[in-house]
Formats: sequence, structure tokens, C-alpha cells
Amino acid sequence: MYAEEIIAYYEHPENKYKMDDADDSYSDFNPVCGDKLTVYIKVKDDKIEKMSFEGDGCAISMASASMLTEVAEGKSVDEIEKMGPADVIKMIKVDPGPVRIKCATLSLRALQKAVFMYKHGKRD
Amino acid sequence: MSAAENSEQHDIDVSLVKKDFPILSTQMNGKRLVYLDSAATSQKPVQVIDAISNYYRTFNANIHRGIYKISEQATEEYTKSKDKLAEFIGAKSYQEIVYVRNTTEAINLAALSWGEANVNKGDHILITQMEHHSNIVPWQMLAQRKGAVLDYVALNGDRSALDQESLEKQLEKNPKILAVTHASNVLGTINDVKAITRKAHDRGAVVLIDGAQSCPHMPVDVRDIGCDFFALSGHKMLGPTGIGALYGKRDLLAAMEPIFGGGDMIRSVGFQTHTWNDLPWKFEAGTSNIEGGIGLSAAIDYLNGIGMKNIRRHEVEVTRYAMEKLGGIRGLKMYGPDIDHMESRGGVISFSMEGAHPHDVAQIFDDRGIAIRAGHHCAMPLVEDVLGVGAVSRISFYIYNDKNDADAAVDAVGEVKRVFKLQ
Ligand SMILES: Cc1ncc(COP(=O)(O)O)c(C=O)c1O
Repeated sequence: MYAEEIIAYYEHPENKYKMDDADDSYSDFNPVCGDKLTVYIKVKDDKIEKMSFEGDGCAISMASASMLTEVAEGKSVDEIEKMGPADVIKMIKVDPGPVRIKCATLSLRALQKAVFMYKHGKRD
Repeated sequence: MSAAENSEQHDIDVSLVKKDFPILSTQMNGKRLVYLDSAATSQKPVQVIDAISNYYRTFNANIHRGIYKISEQATEEYTKSKDKLAEFIGAKSYQEIVYVRNTTEAINLAALSWGEANVNKGDHILITQMEHHSNIVPWQMLAQRKGAVLDYVALNGDRSALDQESLEKQLEKNPKILAVTHASNVLGTINDVKAITRKAHDRGAVVLIDGAQSCPHMPVDVRDIGCDFFALSGHKMLGPTGIGALYGKRDLLAAMEPIFGGGDMIRSVGFQTHTWNDLPWKFEAGTSNIEGGIGLSAAIDYLNGIGMKNIRRHEVEVTRYAMEKLGGIRGLKMYGPDIDHMESRGGVISFSMEGAHPHDVAQIFDDRGIAIRAGHHCAMPLVEDVLGVGAVSRISFYIYNDKNDADAAVDAVGEVKRVFKLQ
């Protein structure tokens, strides 16, 4: 589970900062383990121009959030909405099992909600 | 004195005990299963598994009403389990033992029945900062329904025990009820519930003890404690899931109204009215968890066979050993009473590691076949607001754990440090 790549992303995350001029953001948490994260997006021409995140959590949740910021860049809003757990597993190169998949997909779920709010111009 | 306290002092031969627990000779992730999560639920000895299986194979029948042999046998075994539990915790008789599903349901029953009738607008309800959600939420719900005030006894400076000054101060508000845990499932702290009960009674409060983490691990005598209610779960004391109990003093239970109506809880029913059955049956509507009672009965026999004092002594020894080893590891912080206060500490060790999230710690343990728990342990106010962390890792011991299991945990901590490149 703890491949070098995951540990590296966990210890030196990419794009881990608060984006002050974000078009939208979404905060989510995993009540089981207490992982918390906020995803920020900048959207241009219906494509993710930039994604960043802030948060606190386990290596799986933080490393996958960090990897996702790179994968998401340049993807269209529609493409993001179509992503699922299988894409996350491909991205982190390990199937973390039924419990920890929730850690791994926390950032994707938050990203998708941010995108949804961007599209529909509403917040909950 | 309960049967458990009578049994003579001897060391526990853990290698023999392990043989009674079939699951402990299985593997997890290709490794020998090292089970260190008994605070969540205990494993079951073959004696308990066989008792349940034997009931279904040879005398399965509904209880109370059958006028035939196997129904009488099922009724007798089920009732006997209550006698046994009553004796195990020092209650006067089975009439003070109400079977419920678990500790949570026991506390809810007290809050819904006793609380509903006795707590009014503006009254104070007192709990503590080290409670499990099951001893928080029912009181929050009661307070909300009634417009009562929910107060908390704070922890002391090093967050290892209840703050005595805070207890005194809160008791000055003359709470209607004090609900407090006997042993904390996060800190391991064992509260002096006898002294606490005396103080609360002096202020006229009714006292409920959450015994989920004490009853499985040490001698309990509710009459010595003096408490009014005591809640416990069978599944944490070698018994099956789905059976637990609310002990209540006879007078209190007699004055309380049932919260469920139906079969078994009545003496007679007319078209418009009914009369209630005797204690404890008036609280047990519908067909009971018969296998649960029978399984719990076998669990109590097993515990008595070893002796609760011996169990307690064994757990102190293994816990102290583990704490000594873990205490020498840099970047590892343990919570709860320190090693010089083992008399007020159960076999639960919660810890944090600098640079490794508890979930990752538990995962690395899992890879080695070791079951521990990571999270807020259903005590979010304690873990998040008092300890100030999102989650902690928790090791918990029981009769089937020995120093080898503690060593396995210590080695796994070493592996965590290696994976996360911690100094
Ligand atoms: C201190 C304490 N109280 C209550 C409970 C709730 O027990 P149950 O889930 O069996 O109702 C637990 C279980 O973890 C506990 O540790």
C-alpha cells in the first residue's frame, strides 16, 4: 500500500495551498477517520485551469488529493464529473480496499462537488 | 461477593486461553492474527460458540409460554443467564437485570424511561468529557426534549483523569442524574466510581455507570459502588453481539415505565387496558434474544473460571509491559494515566505518532496481521476537543493477549517509522 510514490506525495504534496482567487471550493471530511480537506478550483472555458487543496489526514487521502491536483488540470468539467473510484485506483496505483477507498476518493468527491457548484452557481 | 472474586489467585496461561478462541489460530493478510481491538469487541471462546450452537441444535423454542420440554429448557437457560449476570455484577437478583441489545440501548432505556419521568425544564444532567457517544447523545436528546441543561465534568491538566474540582463544582448545581463511564475506551482511565457515586448521592443525584469497558476486565460489584444504574455489553465480555444489560436498583426499576409495549411485558391485556408484567420482564417486549442470553451465560462461566481479579492482574501486567516499550519510542505519545498509575488504568493504550496518521498506522499493523483501531473511537468531544487531535490509534488487550502480542505491536510501530522515514 505504501509505495514510495505515495509517501513522497504525502511528505511533499503538490498544490497544497489555499487558493485566494478560486472560482469555487468545497470542504469535505471523512467522519470515520477524521480526514478533512478543502478543494479549490479555477475554471476557464469549462476546463480545470488549476486545482489546489488544503487539509489534514492520512497518507492515502493526502497523497491522492495531491496527485489529483495534477491529473485534474486541463480536464473538462464533464470529464471530472465522470471520474470514479476506478480512476483514483489507477492514479494511486493501488487498490486500497473497501474501507480506505473512502480516504482515497475524498478529494475526488470534493472536487466533483466544487465543479457541481461551479456549474450550477450555487452553494449549500 | 461475586463468584469472580471468589476464585483463587493464579496466573493466566495465555497459550491455553488462546486455544479456546478458534479465531486466534486463523490468519489475517497471511499472518497470524494478533487481535488488539477487544475494546471494540472481544473474541469468543469455543465454549460460547458451542453454547449457542447447542441451543439451536437441541432445544430451540420460544420461552415463557411453552408447556413442553424444550421450551421449558430454553426458558430455564435464559433465566439462569440473568441470575448469573446478577451475581457477576453483584446485583441482588435477576429482577434488577434488564436485557437490552448493548450498553447504548441500556443508557437510552434509562434516559427514555427514568429520564423522561424525572428530568424537567431547567434541570441539570451531568456527564463527563471522557464519555463515549453512547453516554452523551441520549442525554443530549433528553436535554433537548425537556429543555434541561447538559453539563460536563472536565478532565484534569494532563488529561488523564476527571478533575475533582470540576466534579465538585458541577455537583453544586444539584444535577438530577450523573452519568459517568467506569473505564474510558480512549484513555484507559478507570474512574473511582464508588467515591463519585457517594458524592453525587450526597447531592441527591441518581447515578448511572457506563460499564462497557469495566465489566469485561475487572471485578464489578454494583452494590459496593452504590450506583443506581449500570450499563454493559455482552459482546465486549466474550459473549455474542445483540445482548447487553441495564442493571437498576429494584425500587427505581419498579417505579419506571416501560418504553416498548407488546408480548411478554404484560401480565394481562384487555381491549383498552393492560397491566405490566413483573420486573424485569416489563421492560422486555417481544421475543427475547434467547441465544444472546445463553451465549452470555457461557461467557460469564468462562470469565468466572479464570477469575476477574486474575484477568485484571494479567491485563495490568501486559499493559505495563507494552507501555514500557512504547514509552521508549521517539515521536510516540501515549494518552491517559502514566505507567506509575496502573491502578487507575485499564488495558487500553491510545497513542499518536508524529508524522504518521493513525489510519496509516492501523493499516501498517493490518499488513502484519495485527488488528488495532484508529479514529475518534466514538468519543469525538474527548479526542477532538480535549486531546486536540482528529484521531488516535488504539491498542487494547484482553485475556488472550500476551507479551508476544505486545511485542508484535511494538515491532509494527518500528515498521511505521521505517515506511514514513521517521527518526
Ligand atoms: C465506554 C463505552 N461505552 C459505551 C460503548 C457502547 O457499547 P455498545 O456499542 O456495545 O453499545 C462502548 C463501546 O465501544 C464503550 O467503549
